[in-house]
Amino acid sequence: MSSTHSSRFPWNHLIGFILSIALTLLAVFVKFYTSFSDSIVVWIIGTLAIFQALIQLFMFMHVTEGKEGWINVVNMIYSVFLALVIVFGSIWVLTSGHAAMH
Amino acid sequence: MTQANTPLEYRSHQSQMNILGFWIFLGAEIVLFSTLFASYFVLEHNTAGGPAGQDIFILKDVLIETFLLLTSSFTAGLAIHFMRNNAKNDMIVWTIVTLLLGAGFLYMEINEFIHYVHEGATIQTSGFTAAFFTLLGTHGAHVTFGIIWISLLLFQIAKRGITEKTSSKFFIASLYWHFLDVVWIFIFTFVYLKGMVG
Repeated sequence: MSSTHSSRFPWNHLIGFILSIALTLLAVFVKFYTSFSDSIVVWIIGTLAIFQALIQLFMFMHVTEGKEGWINVVNMIYSVFLALVIVFGSIWVLTSGHAAMH
Repeated sequence: MTQANTPLEYRSHQSQMNILGFWIFLGAEIVLFSTLFASYFVLEHNTAGGPAGQDIFILKDVLIETFLLLTSSFTAGLAIHFMRNNAKNDMIVWTIVTLLLGAGFLYMEINEFIHYVHEGATIQTSGFTAAFFTLLGTHGAHVTFGIIWISLLLFQIAKRGITEKTSSKFFIASLYWHFLDVVWIFIFTFVYLKGMVG
């Protein structure tokens, strides 16, 4: 069980907040102040977004909390898997699949 | 796990099941938003002679929206922290701050949409704008619903105090609010940042 609820000062939340602001600014910096190619920029800022989502999940939403915390983790992993199949599957079928018909 | 250090919202079996059920709902929400993201990624280059993202997006406004929502997620976390310390007044104050930040986000987003319409980008302009407004509009509608939901819960907390029932309801609403921030992070990254010229 997380001990955050009994501590006097919510350090966990403050650190999560500072990290999320820092990651946002870092993404803006990578996009506008570096000279990486477009695809590399998307990979970097995409990775930063995933880190931010994990901060929300673990530091703010306490996904592992509760007696059945592992169920939440499995549920989230399965949902993200479905989301990735939907997004990359749609892009694949509707771009290369469409192009193949010509 | 002893009774003493179990947060109030997890004490009853019903509350535990409600929280678990809400996590499963959030899983379904992830899939819902993934379909909207998929449509957007497929259609984003189909501008049909209308404006593209790089023509209409304004970094400053998008950053303000992002910081409003990130901060509101933080203050929602603080409200839960104070709820668990049984500090009702602090909890109410931070919840009100959360709602104001959420309302500020909505105000910025509505102005942004009005700006786009004036720039000639309505939902009917192109595949890009249709997918864009559907994705952003669905997120904005969730934020609107969240503000109404949490406002109503605030009355319950003020009237009944922090009980097993109200704390469980409020914790679930906070999960929803954090989740909207997660969705926004991906909109910010893959719609706005990706769509602008670096």
